[in-house]
Amino acid sequence: MKEEKMLRKLLTLGLGLIFCLGLSISAYAKTLRVAMASDPVSMDPHVQLSGGMLQYSHLVFDPLIRWTKDMKFEPRLAVKWERISPTTVRFYLRKGVKFHSGNPFTAKDVAWTMARLKKSPDFKGLFEPFAEPKIIDDYTIDIITKKPYPLLLNMATYIFPMDSKFYSGKDKNGQPKDAIVKTGPSFANSHESGTGKYYVAYREQGVKWIFKAFKNYWDKNSGNVDEIILTPIKNDATRVAALLSGDVDFIMPVPPQDYARIERNPKVQLITMPGARIITFQLNQKRRPEFANRKVRQAIVYAINNVGIVKKIMKGKATAAGQQSPEGFLGHVPELTPRYNLQKARQLMKEAGYPNGFECSMIAPNNRYVNDEKIAQAVAAMLAKIKIKVDLKTMPKAQYWDQFDARAADIQMIGWHPDTEDSANYTEFLLMCPDPKTGYGQYNSGNYCNPTVDKLILQAQTETNVKKRKAILQKVERILYNDAAFVPLHWQHLSWAASKKLKNVSDIVNKQNFPYFGDLIMD
Amino acid sequence: MFAFIIRRFFQAIFVMFLISLIGFSIQHQIGDPIRDLVGISVSKAEREALRDKLGLNDPFLVQYLRFIKKALHGDLGRSFFYKKPAVEVILSKAPATLELVFVTSILVIIFSIPLGIYCAIFPKKIISRLIMGISIIGVSIPVFLTAIMLIYIFSIKLGIMPSFGRGQTVHIFGYWDSGLFTLDGLKHLVMPSIALTSIMLPLFVRLIRAEMMEVLESEYIRFAWAKGLHPWRIWLVHAFKNTLLPVITVGGVQLGSLIAFTILTETVFQWQGLGFLFVEAVERADTTLLVAYLIFVGFVFVCINTIVDIIYGLVNPMVRVIGKK
Repeated sequence: MKEEKMLRKLLTLGLGLIFCLGLSISAYAKTLRVAMASDPVSMDPHVQLSGGMLQYSHLVFDPLIRWTKDMKFEPRLAVKWERISPTTVRFYLRKGVKFHSGNPFTAKDVAWTMARLKKSPDFKGLFEPFAEPKIIDDYTIDIITKKPYPLLLNMATYIFPMDSKFYSGKDKNGQPKDAIVKTGPSFANSHESGTGKYYVAYREQGVKWIFKAFKNYWDKNSGNVDEIILTPIKNDATRVAALLSGDVDFIMPVPPQDYARIERNPKVQLITMPGARIITFQLNQKRRPEFANRKVRQAIVYAINNVGIVKKIMKGKATAAGQQSPEGFLGHVPELTPRYNLQKARQLMKEAGYPNGFECSMIAPNNRYVNDEKIAQAVAAMLAKIKIKVDLKTMPKAQYWDQFDARAADIQMIGWHPDTEDSANYTEFLLMCPDPKTGYGQYNSGNYCNPTVDKLILQAQTETNVKKRKAILQKVERILYNDAAFVPLHWQHLSWAASKKLKNVSDIVNKQNFPYFGDLIMD
Repeated sequence: MFAFIIRRFFQAIFVMFLISLIGFSIQHQIGDPIRDLVGISVSKAEREALRDKLGLNDPFLVQYLRFIKKALHGDLGRSFFYKKPAVEVILSKAPATLELVFVTSILVIIFSIPLGIYCAIFPKKIISRLIMGISIIGVSIPVFLTAIMLIYIFSIKLGIMPSFGRGQTVHIFGYWDSGLFTLDGLKHLVMPSIALTSIMLPLFVRLIRAEMMEVLESEYIRFAWAKGLHPWRIWLVHAFKNTLLPVITVGGVQLGSLIAFTILTETVFQWQGLGFLFVEAVERADTTLLVAYLIFVGFVFVCINTIVDIIYGLVNPMVRVIGKK
């Protein structure tokens, strides 16, 4: 009896002590509260290729290399790399790195992850050019492509090594642990073991995520945030209100109508950066014979005041475009600028034989891109000035892509951000001759088809000499510009807003919109 | 009474069946669920393979029969987005909405009855006119505007109220995730319930006032006055009881719509309930979840109407429950 009492006392004391200790630790722990428009759909980095999933991957996993703010590569799990043949790059891996499960990280995990990427419906396209990697030793691996591939390093930013031991075997339902399941439960959807700074401590999908710092994280020079609480807040006004009222510390994206309000508030900061997502219209030459006439297409480009759209509708937080590639991309040609000139547009319409214009249809989404509906309305009004009467229909994105694929209208809106962060990707998807066999031109609803462009892009795919490749890609941009192959509007800016408690927000954000929260420093 | 409930039970099943048929036939108009599951650069062949795997390419009847067969076993399919059974998702979100509706209903009852009675008894007094005036404003301001104004004043300017979410919740009865038992949870409930109340309260004040004024004019009330009864007895016992009948009818219908149409309030406050679930399911074209939600709401409506009919009979013995011969 006595002993039991004693034991109980000791236990109470012990628990009390632990509790006090816990309190004192939590007083020093730094918690970052983040609100995004939506949360990552899964804990499996290969289940979907989307911004949200990649943002998650950068928290919980580490890539071999990653993009810096000025579009260069910096070492993460690979400490250095060298090209040893036209098709091979040798990566030297970091030693002493541990997964969240405690397993050590080796070259085997890299090879295993690449094999899994090739099985993922979302990533297999991007990793199609890759052959099987060759493991040299535990910390050296040769990544090999089937043909010389200039974007090998770009793709290495998508290799977030997963814990091969942790994900091997079968779960309690008898399903392999490494299965990639999009619409049902799976081991990888609800468990993770990466090398990243944070592990998932709690997750209620669509409601709340809690990430906690992993104490064996290899990078001791990173930021000082111990805990991240991620809540999705869908409504734009509420997301901004949550930041302004101090309920959260960091929000993304920021609605353009609230930029001024955030900039005025002394407690918060707004960070914007030109992004690579271009917003364009495609003119369907198959549906409308008029659009097959280059002069008509040029007239349309000349008639659209995209500088005005950026100023009035985007509130200056976009960059008006004359081509696909933004500054910093290989194919960018500085002299290809926006060309609004109504006089010239009317002249071209006359020359093309349509002084009295014609009627056509247009579709655009209304919840996919920033201000997409307003932009479409403005463009329709601008085309009326050259007597092209536009019948505009806008719809939610859930319905839009079916319509887009069906080529349901003469003019269709599409925005594009290249997964490869490379100029050729725009043309491959948007403007190469549509071919269901190769998949090129998958989103080319304009049916623009120019064999010279196709040849140049295919050439660029295997050209590893940067100078030569740049010349090819610039040539493509010039041809597309002269042909008025599409109607360029602008590159959207990315935006983030944060409490001033966060000290180095502008250092952790980038053009890819993968904020590196691991490097964040807060008061 | 028993026969009545049995009859209602079959009616509920019929209603749910009908809703499932309608929901199922319109789901393809909402959009393609596959699009939300894959990245934009994924090839068409891959998407088709996924559609095949999920059985979305089968003819309508095949899909519907498969659905009915499963539904009879209580399985309404799996939500594409949540990767969980739709019923489970709906049940996990229901507490949030039910608590919001519960608190709102209490607020409405507490305020609408005294205010309505007061305005009916003293229609000419300044306070009555003021109440009527404010109620007009209350009805005419859309709920999302009230919500945003509340957030602006109490969260941003004064900084005393949380701006979004449910706050800290605790589990009761195993699965029910409740915000009613923590201070933080209650604090988060205040603004959403006020926003919802702002729409419902004026309606009920006006309804009670109008009904009560009519009752006060009737013969038996005059007789009661002539008998020299105490005014309070006349107002509360004789007049108010008869005012209640139409109020209960409207109240029942409104309660149902409150559950189904908390959409705006829930979206503004990031309140993770059924309304929010519905909006997101539409946006993501999560069609299985959508059909399950519609069936669930149909079920709730039938239940509430049944309960209202039963209460109706209790309040007014003159009205016999249909089916009770």
